[in-house]
Amino acid sequence: MSKRIVTIAVGAALAFTVQAAQADTLEDVKEKGYVQCGVTEGVPGFSNPDENNEWSGIEADYCMALAAAIFDDTSAVRYRPLTSTERFTALSSGEVDVLARTTTWTMSRDTQLGINFTGTYYYDGQGFMVRAADGITSALELSGAAVCIESGTTTELNAADYFETNGMDYNPVVFVQQDEVVKAYQDGRCDVYTTDSSAIAAERSKFADPSEHIILPEIISKEPLGPSVRQGDDTWLNINRWTLFAMINAEELGVTSENVDEMLGSDNPSIKRLLGVEGDFGTPMGLDKDWAYRIIKAVGNYGESYDRHIGPDTAIGLERGLNALWTKGGILYAPPIR
Amino acid sequence: MATQDVAPRRESPKTSFFNDPKVRGLLYQVIVIAALVVFVAFIWQNTLANLAKQNKTTGFDFLWDTSGFDVLFSLIPYDRSSYYYQALLVGLLNTGLVAVIGIVLATMLGFFVGVARLSNNWLVARLATIYIELFRNIPLLLQLFFWYFAVLKSMPGVKQSYAFFEAAFLNQRGFYVPAPLPSENFWIVVLSVVIAIGAVFYLRRRARIHLEATGNRMPVVLPAIGILIVLPALAWLLSGATLDWDLPQLKGFNYQGGLTLPPEFLALVFGLTIYTSAFIAEVVRAGINSVSHGQTEAAQSLGLKDGDRLRLVIIPQAMRVIIPPLTSQYLNLTKNSSLAAFIGFPELVSVFMGTTLNQTGRAIEVVAITMLIYLTLSLGTSAFMNWYNERVRLVER
Repeated sequence: MSKRIVTIAVGAALAFTVQAAQADTLEDVKEKGYVQCGVTEGVPGFSNPDENNEWSGIEADYCMALAAAIFDDTSAVRYRPLTSTERFTALSSGEVDVLARTTTWTMSRDTQLGINFTGTYYYDGQGFMVRAADGITSALELSGAAVCIESGTTTELNAADYFETNGMDYNPVVFVQQDEVVKAYQDGRCDVYTTDSSAIAAERSKFADPSEHIILPEIISKEPLGPSVRQGDDTWLNINRWTLFAMINAEELGVTSENVDEMLGSDNPSIKRLLGVEGDFGTPMGLDKDWAYRIIKAVGNYGESYDRHIGPDTAIGLERGLNALWTKGGILYAPPIR
Repeated sequence: MATQDVAPRRESPKTSFFNDPKVRGLLYQVIVIAALVVFVAFIWQNTLANLAKQNKTTGFDFLWDTSGFDVLFSLIPYDRSSYYYQALLVGLLNTGLVAVIGIVLATMLGFFVGVARLSNNWLVARLATIYIELFRNIPLLLQLFFWYFAVLKSMPGVKQSYAFFEAAFLNQRGFYVPAPLPSENFWIVVLSVVIAIGAVFYLRRRARIHLEATGNRMPVVLPAIGILIVLPALAWLLSGATLDWDLPQLKGFNYQGGLTLPPEFLALVFGLTIYTSAFIAEVVRAGINSVSHGQTEAAQSLGLKDGDRLRLVIIPQAMRVIIPPLTSQYLNLTKNSSLAAFIGFPELVSVFMGTTLNQTGRAIEVVAITMLIYLTLSLGTSAFMNWYNERVRLVER
């Protein structure tokens, strides 16, 4: 008798899980009324809370752009700071709807973790920071150095590759939390702090005296940073992908948050399609016709977001470099909206 | 299965079936077990189905993939081309090292403080009380942060290291001590030390048998010291074995050569030892207090010397009370060592559940392995302590 109970219960369990498998993130998000966005624990320029716990940065902008496209309300975002070791589990378990947390797009992550990267919002590379007083000018002089690293990152692997390739020794000092990595470097535990060069610049901007630290010229890896979503929900993947593309296309077409209302009357068919004046590109992915107009109106185009948070005029001071549009010497290239 | 035990009894008439308390008791147990099986099967199926739904790669085959990362401190050879199972081993050995050293130090310190708290000396007893209350009541993680970051800050830079006889150096990067470089036949000396220790134990046993048989004491201490010095010295001289030392030398960024104890290790051992010793001190105090004063008086009336009274009467009875809670403290220390991930010491949780889990994405597999290891470590410690408890138990006659 109890054997039959087991069979029935196992069958019920299976049925239950199969039912749960039909997840529709857009429906969930609309029902909740906000986008749950996985971000860093605080990297200035990317995602960083101010004293009022208002998040800002290009990743926060991305989250707000999603909220604008779905709800026409940039405040419909809830931020969830994640350590680098928690982030993928948080995404795949459904704790966050999208991960926009300075995460490098790699093949193993894209194919083995049950997540999909939707694009690249910052082309980065790994760099090294040392104390100016040490008199180091090249990463090739770092043999024997103690290196502070954040656990569970591509940084950890790249550093191992780099020191091995160049026949150098090093002592990796690995911490779970990013602020401890920086603190240990500042306290003198390490000679070197290594991570994506944009994050190094961001962290250095927080130091008491940034000029005491120099960033070495070597860039030792490709680090395309992009948002990622769970596999198996193509609608949500499309929304994420095209939110970023809309911001990049807007910059290319010269549409900004300030002139977007004038641009509604533009004769340029590309702008008409972007802003939903001609054709309807929102409905097929479950959004409204003016989804991109809302993004640009509320958040701005990619260039505006970049200049506001990490551009040359900010404390972080990163040149556009690779992240300029393809028409301006960079590699930023979004597929057309048509 | 358990159900088959009941099946034959069901043939009997209904009334006796329900009224037989034995059958009924059995039935309840079967129901409980069946419910448990259903629950486990449900969790198992649910997990598998959900993992498949998330399109995750699963399985334990990743253990034989190249890890691609380095670790700071390893007892076995390890580099970026090693495999994940070797990374697991590195973490496990580091956890074991911290646990063993921590348990030994915490036990010694805890017994000392526990006895000090019972001292008749007002100042000593109060100092011990302050020590216990202070370290027992501050969260361990805070203490670890304190020892790590506060102590790290107060250490000198590499170029200004504290030097001890130009052989050992202490700075922000750790404690550098000379590493022994024994010659190939040095094992003879090691063997002679082992034999000498064995001989001393034999001597002690003979002395006790002699004492019990005749009531006369045999000299033990002086001959024991003699054996411990003469035998290894002879072996050393005759074998011609040598022992050189690899001294740490300042080269470039840091000292090279010798053995390095990273500050993460020192802070972790320090923090765990002090925290756990405060608890052990209380356990020891409770144990000693549990032996009634009458036992002391009885021992005195038998004419036992002070040392023998403690060794033969008080401590054996105190140990009965001390050992079970002491075991819990040992288990706590071992498990607490997992907090090392926060101060960057590469033990099991840091290397395996941190880096490995993240690089492979096999969360369930990695967490399951880690839990299994901690469970094994804890059950092993428990088994050993239970065995020891059985040995020191009061034998009832």
